[in-house]
Amino acid sequence: MASFLQKLFGNDKASKELAKDRLKLVLIHDRASLSPAMMDNLRRDLVEVISRYMDFDEAALDVQMAEQESMTMLEVNIPVAGVKRNHGAEK
Amino acid sequence: MGEVIVVTSGKGGVGKTTTAANIGTGLAAQGKKVVLLDTDIGLRNLDVVMGLENRIVYDIVDIAQGHCKLKQGMIKDKRFPELYLIPAAQTKDKTSVTEEQTRAICNELKQEVDYVIVDCPAGIEQGFKNAIAGADRAIVVTNPEVSAVRDADRIIGLLEANGLREPQLVLNRVRPNMVRQGDMMSVDDILEILAIKLLGVIPDDDSIVISTNRGEPTVLDQQSKAGQAYRNIVQRLLGNDVPLMNLDVEEGFFAKLMKLFKGN
Repeated sequence: MASFLQKLFGNDKASKELAKDRLKLVLIHDRASLSPAMMDNLRRDLVEVISRYMDFDEAALDVQMAEQESMTMLEVNIPVAGVKRNHGAEK
Repeated sequence: MGEVIVVTSGKGGVGKTTTAANIGTGLAAQGKKVVLLDTDIGLRNLDVVMGLENRIVYDIVDIAQGHCKLKQGMIKDKRFPELYLIPAAQTKDKTSVTEEQTRAICNELKQEVDYVIVDCPAGIEQGFKNAIAGADRAIVVTNPEVSAVRDADRIIGLLEANGLREPQLVLNRVRPNMVRQGDMMSVDDILEILAIKLLGVIPDDDSIVISTNRGEPTVLDQQSKAGQAYRNIVQRLLGNDVPLMNLDVEEGFFAKLMKLFKGN
């Protein structure tokens, strides 16, 4: 009944627009999904780079993909134990 | 040296086999030497769509495993002297053939014919990997539906990851009336989403059902719109620049009139 009224009063969005919007969202997620092996590689590389600058607990490093409205976010949470002050001097 | 073209889609039931049959037959009608290769082991259908189901002796598994010679496994078409079908096996499973074996069959066929059209099974598992193993290029078939477009996107990604860059799209079962009413995604909508090159658009057409009933590919039906759409695709594959046909009868006529008046 609700959809009939919506149609009657002409404020019904064309169904193809709904299809497009839903597809775009689902594809953002599909396209952004990394295989577990790729995730492991990413994590390993992150540890390597970040440990040049900071001390942290590797086990506590949390990497995940997240959806935020129409965006895919890579979320990386690292509890930092300390910063390496001497990094610049190594070069 | 011929070319191996795989017809794929991800989702089942979008028209892969029909497209493979029509493109292959259309190329043969243009005088090309063509082999249709059905890789959908366990669910073979290209034989019935082509109307050749009564002629099967050997199949792709027999060839792959060396039970017969390649030439013995090639079933001659009824209509064209240089059109052949290699059917899938019906009683085996998809692991009966390996990627290496499929690639070897494709490479051997390429020496003999102008085009090898590979009909790929639905899904992204071993059957898909087999089907694309020997391919030089890929055609992705989809329908203007959320599920089919989503699967097409996945397939495009997998094709590119396997070195089949720039696959081309066949958009099947378009209903112009629904597109006009805003209740079906248009060609442009889908191209925008998939970011892929278009090979052709096939209207939803009763003639497809009728020709499949008869085992006669629609591409040979001069009265059929879908047949015309497939003939246009064949021309594009042959390198000819053919404009997209207007799927809407009335608007097609007026569009032509408008063009006359505008002088282009």
